[in-house]
Amino acid sequence: MFAFLHKYASLMHFYRLSARWSGWLALATALLMAYGLYGGLVTAPADYQQGDSYRIIYIHVPSAWMSLFVYMCMAGAGAVALVWKIKLAEIWLRASAPIGASFTFLALVTGSIWGKPMWGTWWVWDARLTSELVLLFLYLGIMALDNAIEDRRTGARAAAVLTLIGVVNIPIIHYSVEWWSTLHQGPTVSKLDRPSIHIDMLIPLLVMAVAFTTFYFAAALARVRGGILAYDRNTSWVRDMVGREAARGHG
Amino acid sequence: MAEFIAMGGYGAYVWSSYAIAALVLGVNAVLARRAERAVLHALARDPNGDDDDAPA
Repeated sequence: MFAFLHKYASLMHFYRLSARWSGWLALATALLMAYGLYGGLVTAPADYQQGDSYRIIYIHVPSAWMSLFVYMCMAGAGAVALVWKIKLAEIWLRASAPIGASFTFLALVTGSIWGKPMWGTWWVWDARLTSELVLLFLYLGIMALDNAIEDRRTGARAAAVLTLIGVVNIPIIHYSVEWWSTLHQGPTVSKLDRPSIHIDMLIPLLVMAVAFTTFYFAAALARVRGGILAYDRNTSWVRDMVGREAARGHG
Repeated sequence: MAEFIAMGGYGAYVWSSYAIAALVLGVNAVLARRAERAVLHALARDPNGDDDDAPA
């Protein structure tokens, strides 16, 4: 078990194993998004209250879910990085931050664009919107802290500490619509006992959520591979790769 | 087709949302793809130097 873990935690092995993963995940993302967009924009019926404006959910809801999911992945990686000092976890955390910030930004902006025709305002300081905005600042803060520290391993550990402190915001975002009276509507999908969304609307939404998840792993993996080369730049396997690269550049 | 683009009068809201999402995800995909090559190029230029200018 530990030999297995050690092998996968080895940067060189992960780099070689993951060579094809990112491409397959990108292909899966493209196929799922094509299906999800067709279902969401074309075949799903208009909402009886919100008309066609509700179709923004097919990007808004997956973005909002991913803003939390990516953060929890970073918190998990941060804990592993701090406790076991595993480099791959540090690299994963650093690679995830800009992607998570992007999803959070998308959730806020698309929610705002949806809010204008439905609520009559672009923005309101209600609990859900405010806690999601705090999440965006957390992501940006984690990236800034990491960048501000010269030594990359110290920077990653500082970022991991800040990530773990920020975890307190995650349940606040999730339960904000129940704890406070918010303008933001309550959960629609997770009420499994009495689903309040039509199945033709739900399936494209779930497909888009899976597509956003595969997008995250494809993009994070590509960044992780760059991070691995930077971490292992003084090892022979990276020096050999760089040597070949330099020869190609000059030749 | 015109009806599809109009989105029941919400076309500007729906399509601007999708355009922004496409832009943000597209930029993410391009930057992620470039990350690995950027590190390789930086190391090829200066194998001993720090490559902190390269995204990682």
